[in-house]
Amino acid sequence: MEKIIELKNLTKNFDDQQVLKGINLDIHQNEFLTLLGPSGCGKTTTLRIIAGFEEASSGEVLFDGMDISKIPAYKREINTVFQKYALFPHMNVFDNVAFGLNIKKMDKAVIKTKVERMLAMVGLANYGSKDVTLLSGGQQQRVAIARALVNEPKVLLLDEPLGALDARLRKEMQIELKKIQKEVGITFVFVTHDQEEALSMSDTVVVMNEGTIQQIGTPIDIYNEPENRFVAGFIGESNIIEGVMIRDFLVAFDDFEFVCVDKGFPENEPVDVVIRPEDIDIVQPDKASLKGIVKSVTFKGVHYETIVTTKYRDYRIDTTDYFAVGLEVGLTFTPEDIHVMWQMGSY
Amino acid sequence: MKHFRKLTGPYFAWLVLFVLIPLVLIAIYAFTTSGNPVKTLNFTLMNFAKINESTYIKVFIKSIEMGILTTGVCLILGYPMAYLIAKCPEEMQDMLIMAVTIPTWINMLLRTYAWMNLLSDNGIINGLLGVLGINPVTMMYTNFSVVVGMVCNFMPFMIIPIHTSLRKMDNSLIEAAMDLGANPFQTFQKVVLKLSMPGVINGIVMVFLMAISSFVIPKLLGGGQFVLIGNLIESQFVSVGDWNFGSAISLILAVLILLAMRFMKKMDVQDN
Repeated sequence: MEKIIELKNLTKNFDDQQVLKGINLDIHQNEFLTLLGPSGCGKTTTLRIIAGFEEASSGEVLFDGMDISKIPAYKREINTVFQKYALFPHMNVFDNVAFGLNIKKMDKAVIKTKVERMLAMVGLANYGSKDVTLLSGGQQQRVAIARALVNEPKVLLLDEPLGALDARLRKEMQIELKKIQKEVGITFVFVTHDQEEALSMSDTVVVMNEGTIQQIGTPIDIYNEPENRFVAGFIGESNIIEGVMIRDFLVAFDDFEFVCVDKGFPENEPVDVVIRPEDIDIVQPDKASLKGIVKSVTFKGVHYETIVTTKYRDYRIDTTDYFAVGLEVGLTFTPEDIHVMWQMGSY
Repeated sequence: MKHFRKLTGPYFAWLVLFVLIPLVLIAIYAFTTSGNPVKTLNFTLMNFAKINESTYIKVFIKSIEMGILTTGVCLILGYPMAYLIAKCPEEMQDMLIMAVTIPTWINMLLRTYAWMNLLSDNGIINGLLGVLGINPVTMMYTNFSVVVGMVCNFMPFMIIPIHTSLRKMDNSLIEAAMDLGANPFQTFQKVVLKLSMPGVINGIVMVFLMAISSFVIPKLLGGGQFVLIGNLIESQFVSVGDWNFGSAISLILAVLILLAMRFMKKMDVQDN
């Protein structure tokens, strides 16, 4: 895939605070890329620099290979869906969507066709004359998407666009957004702090924290092979354990040695070990080396969230079997379930 | 909220005592002949017929002209001012808005006297012009001096509502317009100006209202021959003593203002 946007060593200071500490990122054509991170990690700032609302303190923003750092927002072939939609309250749905085309002084008849087609695509076919302030959150959201997409941008930026919607509508819009992205075939850059949203929609997830990129990868990579403790903790629930990498394919933690599939670490390197709660099995105590007592059980619908206290720590296990509180149990996992990471700051 | 209702009592009494009763009295005066004993009122429309004289019609037209002129100047100067203030950082905006209101802390008469000093034939401005070798310009007792006086007095009432509407405007709307390809001028024209219209209309209504009914400023800066509606009403009550005619003019002025507000409200609705 061809690169459409390249961020090169981007930094941004607000007063004396550095919110971006050297961002390097390639965004490819037709990619659904998500910037994921907790609030204040710099994801929105990155998006605003791409849109042209903020200027980077240093570094380059390349668009189709050309530096656009000095090009104002209104001249960029990029459109944005804003967090709170930012629909123009003094215009109806049609005029909101037609805004960009009217600015380009396009022919009225052409505008009408384009706007109507776009409204139909987002499922608001007969809403043209409606007052935008009277629409529901989900409908306003669709208008905002239509208003941006009707300009046929090369890149669509979405700044936590689903944040204001309730859980069910959110799910619906996630599916719809993905569908729209496939349909129009352009690059989406999506900002969110919701890891589930990021995993289910994206081709590429960029995990950010404190102004730096922690990991770039597919949702599956990010989930299964987190690069460090932060990514592992932020994406899904994890048991993160400090251990020592004895040698390739052998890691030690909690007084035991376990066979694993990881390699390439120096011998006896201190590491972080991740085991996902759904990868641990609860067995009879005599069938496992790692033993503990069930501390609590919470019913979660599909599974029981079971906390087992062992000698050194509490493990979280998601299992469909029920184990009563106070029961002595053993914990097992296969070599594939163990994921070894470099400790933070040591790479 | 029901138990708070009683608290409106004093306010209501205040309204009746100082707004409603005076208005009713003015209406009674306007529709009766002078020298009525309180028991028997002689109703008449003569007071209104009297206004139909060309001298009085001229006063009305002149007042409306001056009102529109003052409002126009306030708008043209006040909007950019309000806009610039709204562009400043938050804390600075409060300071600047306070600065805008500072002149109103000083008595209006004093400010108007100050203008007389500045504008008179041998005043400060003409003095400075003289230093530059320019012949003195007569500024006092002209439309110019009256408009300058009114604009200076009423400017805050234009700036503040416009600034309020600009300040509460969501900045992401401006970004959205830019994002959709509007250059700064188009953004201003299609979004900022349109969304600040309620403030503009409030400002226009307030300044026009005050300009059309003011009488101290035209009297001091316009001289004796400069008669506006306010002066006419004042003279009927203070020097001529024809309270009935004065009341009739007041009523007509009130109706004029109501119509003007109605008109502006309509404009506002159409705009949205």
